[in-house]
Amino acid sequence: MLEKIKFYQTGSNTVGNRMLNPAMRTIQASEDRPNSLISGHRACQGCGEALGARYAIDAAMKATNGQIMLVNATGCLEVFSTPYPESAWQIPWIHSLFGNAASVGSGLAAAARILAKKHGQENAPRIIAQGGDGGTTDIGFGPLSGMFERNDDVLYICYDNEAYMNTGVQRSSATPPAARTATTQLVGDAPGADWGKGKDVPLIAMAHGIPYVATATVADLRDLENKVTKAMSFHGARYIQILVPCPLGWGLNSSSTVTAARLAMETGFFPVYEAEYGKVTSVRKIRQKQPVLNYLKLQRRYAHLTGKKADPNVVARLQAMCDQNIKNFGLLDDDNTEAAPVAIQAFERNQSV
Amino acid sequence: MLKQIEGSLGVAEAVALCRPGVVCAYPISPQTHIVENVGKFVKTGTLKDCDFLNVESEFSAMSVAIGSSAGGARTYTATASQGLLFMVEGIYSASGLGLPIVMTVASRAIGGPINIWNDHSDSLSQRDSGWLQLFCESNQDAVDTHIMAFKIAETVGLPVMVCMDGFVLTHAFERLDIPSQEVVDKFLKEYEPNEYLNTSEPISMGAMVGPEAFTEVRILQQRKMARALKVIEDVTKEYRELTGSKSGGLLDCYNCENADLKLIILGSSVGTAKDEIDRLKKEGINVGIISLKSFRPFPYAKLAEAIGDTKQVICLERAFSFGGRGIICPEVKRAMEGKNCDIKTVVAGLGGRAIYGTTINGIVKNALDGKFTEEFTFFDVDASVLNSYTQKTEGVSFPNGPICQSQIDNSVNM
Amino acid sequence: MLQIRLHGRGGQGVVTAAEMLTLAAFYEGHHAQAFPSFGSERTGAPVVAYARIDDKEIRTHEPISKPGVVLVQDKTLLGSVDVFGGLDPNGFAIINSKDDPEIVVPELCKFLPKGHVFTVPATDFAMQKIGKPLPGAPMLSALAAVTDILKLESVQKAFQERYPGKVGDANAETAALAYNYIKGV
Repeated sequence: MLEKIKFYQTGSNTVGNRMLNPAMRTIQASEDRPNSLISGHRACQGCGEALGARYAIDAAMKATNGQIMLVNATGCLEVFSTPYPESAWQIPWIHSLFGNAASVGSGLAAAARILAKKHGQENAPRIIAQGGDGGTTDIGFGPLSGMFERNDDVLYICYDNEAYMNTGVQRSSATPPAARTATTQLVGDAPGADWGKGKDVPLIAMAHGIPYVATATVADLRDLENKVTKAMSFHGARYIQILVPCPLGWGLNSSSTVTAARLAMETGFFPVYEAEYGKVTSVRKIRQKQPVLNYLKLQRRYAHLTGKKADPNVVARLQAMCDQNIKNFGLLDDDNTEAAPVAIQAFERNQSV
Repeated sequence: MLKQIEGSLGVAEAVALCRPGVVCAYPISPQTHIVENVGKFVKTGTLKDCDFLNVESEFSAMSVAIGSSAGGARTYTATASQGLLFMVEGIYSASGLGLPIVMTVASRAIGGPINIWNDHSDSLSQRDSGWLQLFCESNQDAVDTHIMAFKIAETVGLPVMVCMDGFVLTHAFERLDIPSQEVVDKFLKEYEPNEYLNTSEPISMGAMVGPEAFTEVRILQQRKMARALKVIEDVTKEYRELTGSKSGGLLDCYNCENADLKLIILGSSVGTAKDEIDRLKKEGINVGIISLKSFRPFPYAKLAEAIGDTKQVICLERAFSFGGRGIICPEVKRAMEGKNCDIKTVVAGLGGRAIYGTTINGIVKNALDGKFTEEFTFFDVDASVLNSYTQKTEGVSFPNGPICQSQIDNSVNM
Repeated sequence: MLQIRLHGRGGQGVVTAAEMLTLAAFYEGHHAQAFPSFGSERTGAPVVAYARIDDKEIRTHEPISKPGVVLVQDKTLLGSVDVFGGLDPNGFAIINSKDDPEIVVPELCKFLPKGHVFTVPATDFAMQKIGKPLPGAPMLSALAAVTDILKLESVQKAFQERYPGKVGDANAETAALAYNYIKGV
C-alpha cells in the first residue's frame, strides 16, 4: 500500500526510511553503506559536492559489488578529500591533473581490463572519472570528448556548482547568466555573468551518441542513486552531471544546499532527465512549478535581482529561460515534447539578436 | 635476428617484445611510424594482451598513460616537439606519481617558427621534469635502449624518455639486430608494481602535499635519480651480456686515449663524428668522442672520469637556452669543477641542419687552433641568410663563419 | 663505402627505391643504410633519397654530398635541380630516359669517364610490366648491371619480399628488362 503514495523526498528525517519497504530504501539509508568518501574531509559546511560524491560513488559501489576505482580532477573534491597524509577515500583513487580525468580514466580502464584478462578474472573493476564543472566543461572538455568518441568504458560524473569554486569562485562555461562570480562581478551595465555564453555539456554528451547520459541533483537522493546504478549497468562511455549547490560560492545558507537544488529543479532552471544513445528517455517532471525568483532569493550570487534595485527585465529573462527549459524537455505533467532538446544557450543567443 | 628495416619499425618491434599492456598514441612527425607499427601489431594479434588507444591529443596520450600505469599495466607512448610540450603538465604528473612509463621522443625542434626536423630542443626542454632521459646514438642503440628502458623505469620507479633523432634515425632504413622474444622475456619479466590501483588494496594516489612535506617528497624523487645512475649501469651490463650488444650505458668513449680534445655529443651525430675522427687520426690529429647516453640523471662522476686529464672539451649542442648559453656545457663544467679543463659550447644542427663530417672537421680544427675564444659559438651559420634580415632592417652585417656570443652582443649595441 | 644518391619526384617511389637498394644489399650480406632528404614532400615535387652500402657497420648519418653513383628517375629534373652535384669524377650516373646519354646529359659525359653514364627507359619498362610509372626496380637493376655491386636476383627478391604477389613479380620482371638492356648496351 505504501508503494502507491508519492512521498516528497525532503530528507531522511521526515519520512524516516524505517517506514518504507526495505526495497525502497536508499543506499545511504542502510547501515552497511560503503561510505566511499568517509568523514573527516575538509569540505565546507553544507558542501553539495561532498554530498553528491558520497551519494553517487556509494551507489556505484553497490551496483558493482565494490569494484570501483576513481579518477579525480583537480578541484574542491580532490583538495578537501586528500590533504596529505590523510585521505577520505576508502576505495582506489587517483588524482593527476585538472583537465585529464577523462583520459586517465580511459587509461585506467584499459589497464584494469588487461590485468583482469591476464589474471583470468571475469569482471574487471569499473572506472569512474569525476570532476567539477571547471575541470569538465572547460579545461577537461577535449579529453572528455575523446573518451566519449572512443566509447571507453568510463562513467564521467561532473559535480556542477556552476563556477571554479576552489580557486575563488570564477566563472566557468557552466555559470548561468547574470550570476555573480569573481570574474563576472556585479558592476556595470550588465552585472553578473554574460547572456548567450556557456555550453550544455549533457546535450553535447548526447550528441556523441554515448550509451547513457543523465542530469541529477542532490535534492533527489533516490533519483541520483537510480541513475548511477543504471549507468553502471551499461558498458561504454557514460556521463552524469549532478547539480551540487555551493554555499560559499552561491552565497547560500549552509543548511539550504538541498533546498536550493530542489528549487533549481522545480523552477526549470536545471532540467533533470536521462538519455540513451542520444535520445531523451525520461524527464523528472516538476511537481509544482516555482517562479524563478523563489530560487534566486536563496542565493547572494543573485542578490542584485531580488532586492529593491533589481532589474525586472533580467529576472524576466531568467524566467523565460526556465520556461524554455520546461518546454524543451517537457518538464510539466501535461507537456510532452517530441522535438529534440536544444541547448538553452541557443535560446539566449537567439533572443539577444 | 638481423633485419633491414626502418628505424621506427625496429623500435616498434622492440616495444612489442616488451609486452606492454597499454599503448596510446597521438600522431606527430616524426614519431608516427613507430606507433603506427605498434598499432598494427596489436590489431593483427602479434602483440597480445595489449590495448591500443588512439587519443585526441598528446595531453591525453600522457594522461591515458598515467591512468594505465597507475592501474598496473606496462605502458608506452611516443611523441616529439610540440606534442611533448602539449603534455608537459602530464609529464610532471607522471614523474611525481612515480609511474614507470616509457616514452620515445623523436627529437625535433620546438616551434615557433614551426620546424619538423631534428634537434634536441624538445627533449632537453624537459630536463627538469623528473624523467630519465636516455639518448640513442643509432637505431640499434634505440632498439636496445627501449628494451632496457622498461627495466630501468620499473626498477627505479620513474618514467623514462628514450630520445632518438627524428627523421635521421626514425626514418633511416638500416640493418638492425632485433633480439628474440625468448631473450627479451628472460631479461624483462612481467611488470609487478609495488603499488597500483586495485580493489583489493585500495590506495589514494596524488594527494595534495603542502609546505610541510613537499620538500621531502622532492628529495625522494632526487633519491630515485641518484639510484638510477647505478640501475642504468647494471641493466646495461645485464643486457649487453645477454645479447652481445654495445648499446646503452651512461656514456661511451671513442678514441679517448691520449686525446688532445674531446667532443661531447648526444645522438646520431656521434656516428658521423666517429667516421671523421678516424679520418683525422690519419692526419695525426687525436680527438676523442664522449657519446653522452644518459642526460638525466646526469653522470657527473663518470663524465669527469671520461674526460680525465684532457684540457679541452667541446660540447656539440643542438639546442640552447635563449638569453643564456648552452645546456650541456654548464653540466660538464659542474662535473669538472676544480679541474683544469677548458669547456665550451659549439651550437650546430639546429632545426635539422645536417651535421656533416666536414662540420666535425671544422669544429675540431677551430678548437685545436684556438679559434673558439668564448664559451658560446654558433658554428654552422649561413651569414647570408642572417644578413638578408639584419642588413635590410638595421644595416648590420655578420661575416661568414662561426658567430660567437660577443658578436651577437655587439651587433645590437652598435 | 659506396654512396648512392637517387633523384626523382614525389610519387615515383624514390624513397622506396633507396630502401629496396639497401634491402638487396642486405640479402647479399652487406651493411646498408637508406634515408630520404626530409623536405616537405608532396606528389610531383623533387625528392632526394640516399643509400650507402659497406662491408662494415655504417656509423655516419650525414646526407650524401659526394656520391659515387647518381640515379635520376625523372629527367625533367635535369636543368632545374643540380642532380650531379658532388658526383665523384670516377663515379657512375644512370638516367631514366630512352635517349642516348650524349643527347640527354652531354656535359656529364665529358665529366665522367667513358662507359660511366647510362640511360635506361625505366618508365617504359615499368609501364609495360607494372602498368604504372614506377621506375624504381628497373633503375636499381640497371645499377646492378652497371656496377656489379648487386645481383639482379637480389633486386628482384627485395621487391618481391616487400610486395608479395603480382606487384612484386611485375617489378621483378621490369628489373630483368632493364638489367638485360644495360648488359646489351
